[in-house]
Amino acid sequence: MTETTPGQTIGPFFHHALAFPGDSELVPFGAAGSVVLHGYVHDGAGEPVPDAMIEIRQSDASGVVPRAGGSLRRRGAGFTGWGRSCTDGAGHYWFSTVEPGLPFFAVTVFARGLLDRLFTRIYLPGAEGAVDGLVASREADGRLRFDIHLQGPSETVFFKFPRT
Amino acid sequence: MTSSQQEISEEIAKIQADSPRGAPLLDFAPYRSTTLRHPTKEPRHVDPEGAELLAPVFGNSDVAAVEADLTVQRGGEPIGERIRVQGRVLDGDGRPVRRQLVEIWQANAAGRYSHQGDQHPAPLDPNFTGVGRCLTDDDGWYSFTSIKPGPYPWRNHHNAWRPAHIHFSLFGTDFTQRLITQMYFPGDQLLALDPIAQSITDPAALARLIASYDHSRSEHEWLLGYRWDIVLTGSHATYLEPSDD
Repeated sequence: MTETTPGQTIGPFFHHALAFPGDSELVPFGAAGSVVLHGYVHDGAGEPVPDAMIEIRQSDASGVVPRAGGSLRRRGAGFTGWGRSCTDGAGHYWFSTVEPGLPFFAVTVFARGLLDRLFTRIYLPGAEGAVDGLVASREADGRLRFDIHLQGPSETVFFKFPRT
Repeated sequence: MTSSQQEISEEIAKIQADSPRGAPLLDFAPYRSTTLRHPTKEPRHVDPEGAELLAPVFGNSDVAAVEADLTVQRGGEPIGERIRVQGRVLDGDGRPVRRQLVEIWQANAAGRYSHQGDQHPAPLDPNFTGVGRCLTDDDGWYSFTSIKPGPYPWRNHHNAWRPAHIHFSLFGTDFTQRLITQMYFPGDQLLALDPIAQSITDPAALARLIASYDHSRSEHEWLLGYRWDIVLTGSHATYLEPSDD
């Protein structure tokens, strides 16, 4: 473990390299059975973070974590359980996906000014055993909402795993 | 007020006098943009479950072989010093990470990114996007052909310059092994001045971000070769908690 390669910030100039068509659509937007998971990324002053990137990993609706390729091309591929969303000028990220059978989305956060990636989870509303503060809310139109606060009074709970 | 390089370097030295750490300090004031973007609470210790135990999978339907050569993506030859960067992606137990996605991005030879947000008044190269992808092979090897990126100024402090670097994005076999980092070049005098690199306060750990010049990888009358290996954190899949003895 002592030889682990350290992380560095994603910096400001990643969009042309890491964003790709359909990156945030694990299933096509508006598809039957789909749900939108979205939210805003904030800094410690409550300001939006317009140069963050969020990735999610999840099971399908039946609880199976897919091991299929095709996320970078999307069209013609099945559900791969992985997506990427670069925040816009308002700090907004979004995914079109399905509600996972295993009750959380695994989340990685990157941003300019953030020197290493952060891990967290977003649980479905009502999930049993959910970590306090990491539960999405259901909006009136059915979308799932979860805001990420890098710092401040509402700071998101971030994780350390045993071998990281 | 804009700080001088000397003030930034003094801040870095003061922090580094404390216990050195192999991972970057998230709270690292010499890199000014960290101020409001680092968590202040200790991370919560959790065991990975479900989707966290499996990285996303990528394959030949995701990446075309030509994407590993950043010198042939447009109509003509990009300007600059042609290089090849090769190395292995290993997990924390030294096992190769096979058939996994590696993404890179970088500035051109003049130190300018092909990104709308980069307004540094250095020329864009119409033949260079600075973006590449490949899959590792069965032994964990990746290989990119590119142009050596130039250093470039940024606004962190007065007369601040980033050392030449290539951004790397990596996946392991577990979701928890995800890594985004930067590869630096040997002998770069700007590294010691750079608050992003120096946020890794253990010099031995920072050295792991510096590629080696490898003459055996250089090609006669064609390009210069560099070697850079990447070690991800450990996989949880086969891991047993160490016993106390």
